[in-house]
Amino acid sequence: MTDYLLILVSTILVNNFVLVQFLGLCPFMGVSNKLETAMGMSLATTFVLTLSSLCSYLSFEYLLKPLGIEFLQTITFILVIAVVVQFTEMVVRKTSPMLYRVLGIFLPLITTNCAVLGVALLNIKKQNGFVESIMYGFGAAVGFSLVLVLFSAMRERIAVADVPIHFKGSAIGMVTAGLMSLAFLGFSGLVDI
Amino acid sequence: MSFLRISSPHARGKNSTKSVMQQVALATMPGFLALFYFFGWGVFINIIWCVLLAVTAETAVLLLRKRPLSFYLSDYSAVVTGILLGLALPPFAPWWVSAIATLFAIIVAKQLYGGMGMNPFNPAMVGYALVLISFPVAMTTNWSNPVNPTGTADFLTHLQWIFGFGSNAIDVFTAATPLDIYKHEIAASTEAVVRQSPAFGSFISYGWEWVNIGFLLGGLYLVLRKIISWHTPVALLVSLSILSLALGWDADQVTPLSIHLLSGGTMLGAFFIATDPVTGPSSPRGKLIFGAGIGVLIYIIRTYGNYPDAVAFAVLLMNFAAPFIDYYTQPRTYGHSRSKRGFGGNK
Repeated sequence: MTDYLLILVSTILVNNFVLVQFLGLCPFMGVSNKLETAMGMSLATTFVLTLSSLCSYLSFEYLLKPLGIEFLQTITFILVIAVVVQFTEMVVRKTSPMLYRVLGIFLPLITTNCAVLGVALLNIKKQNGFVESIMYGFGAAVGFSLVLVLFSAMRERIAVADVPIHFKGSAIGMVTAGLMSLAFLGFSGLVDI
Repeated sequence: MSFLRISSPHARGKNSTKSVMQQVALATMPGFLALFYFFGWGVFINIIWCVLLAVTAETAVLLLRKRPLSFYLSDYSAVVTGILLGLALPPFAPWWVSAIATLFAIIVAKQLYGGMGMNPFNPAMVGYALVLISFPVAMTTNWSNPVNPTGTADFLTHLQWIFGFGSNAIDVFTAATPLDIYKHEIAASTEAVVRQSPAFGSFISYGWEWVNIGFLLGGLYLVLRKIISWHTPVALLVSLSILSLALGWDADQVTPLSIHLLSGGTMLGAFFIATDPVTGPSSPRGKLIFGAGIGVLIYIIRTYGNYPDAVAFAVLLMNFAAPFIDYYTQPRTYGHSRSKRGFGGNK
């Protein structure tokens, strides 16, 4: 139980996927202009990341390993992630049109989120087990959501600040992300995973 | 005859940014005197050096942006940033460490966002965190031990130490702060043994307790003058105390509450850093959440993290969360029902 908790702390704070490992920066910069959309994106990402880390673990363990074709892992994971995203989109559309409307375009966009593929590959590299993989994916997604939501609230404020013209928009966004990354370094050493 | 239409407020207080900043600078005096008494001229030189650089950097940016100099410089915000950095940095920090911290604080953390009132992160703490991460050795070993004679050397010697010239230039001072000592030695021994170290003195931690009491007094003065509200510091100290009592009641295992409160940068952080009106939330409820968050983070990072003191990181992390806290703690406008937030809020 403690192990799982440590994995969560590690992925959410210490090794935050966005601010410490620099994965998933495209949606981080792209969907953080408004708080509401950022929340939709984080919800969708959490769902897909957890599910895809589970599926990629299963496909690696029970498909690639027995056949001895581990070298195909990257391409397999891309396929698995695309399938999971498509599947999620279909299920959500049929079961909850309301949620589908809220998530909207973000569902297919997740396919291009490098954090999703990163989690799948890191799970294999770290030789995480079944539950560990799910926890790792879930923690990564929560960490991503946390910083995305906080960052979008901050960007709404920066949007009205008197930023020098050359730094307006994405430039000051990147500077802010860098400063946030600086703050997240304070967590280093909390967990050794 | 034409009427001049002036909208509210019609009655104005005398407080201006300038007077607020002057009061804050004044309120650091007791803490500064304590630091000066125990750690010597280094603090004084640091403050002068940081203020000088901060004002220069501010002037340079204002000139580049073609803004009126006297208007922006006379709000004293750059001076206060310089003072806070000078107080936070180790007394023997080499001149280039304080220079990097100050320039980064003013140029990147403050002026890139449009200057006073726009910066999302506390400039002084951004500068501090940057040099702490980049030069951990220079930042943690340059605390003179207050019991050690290095603190009593004269002004010129200190100047030579910090700027590294003359025959008195030395390589390194090795004195860790009491927080650092306690944290590292308690793992292998008990409270009574660790307390033998002269760094703790006879009361709580030699020198540091008076520094913190000094900042506490200065902070109380600011609260009484209504320059800062009590919400943030009280929430910070209460949450730090509760966590420390609940998880760290055993002084033989972890740092006890007394050292948490009266050592390191706790009081400086609680009253002078966390209460920055720009980078914190604006509503009282938001300030309570903000302060409590800083207290929790200070405890967590000090106890479980790599860094001995955590005020800078805790403040930055909560600065990061402040707009979000503001978003959810907006007070209800009189006559309106509570606005909905989150999903469906803008429908």
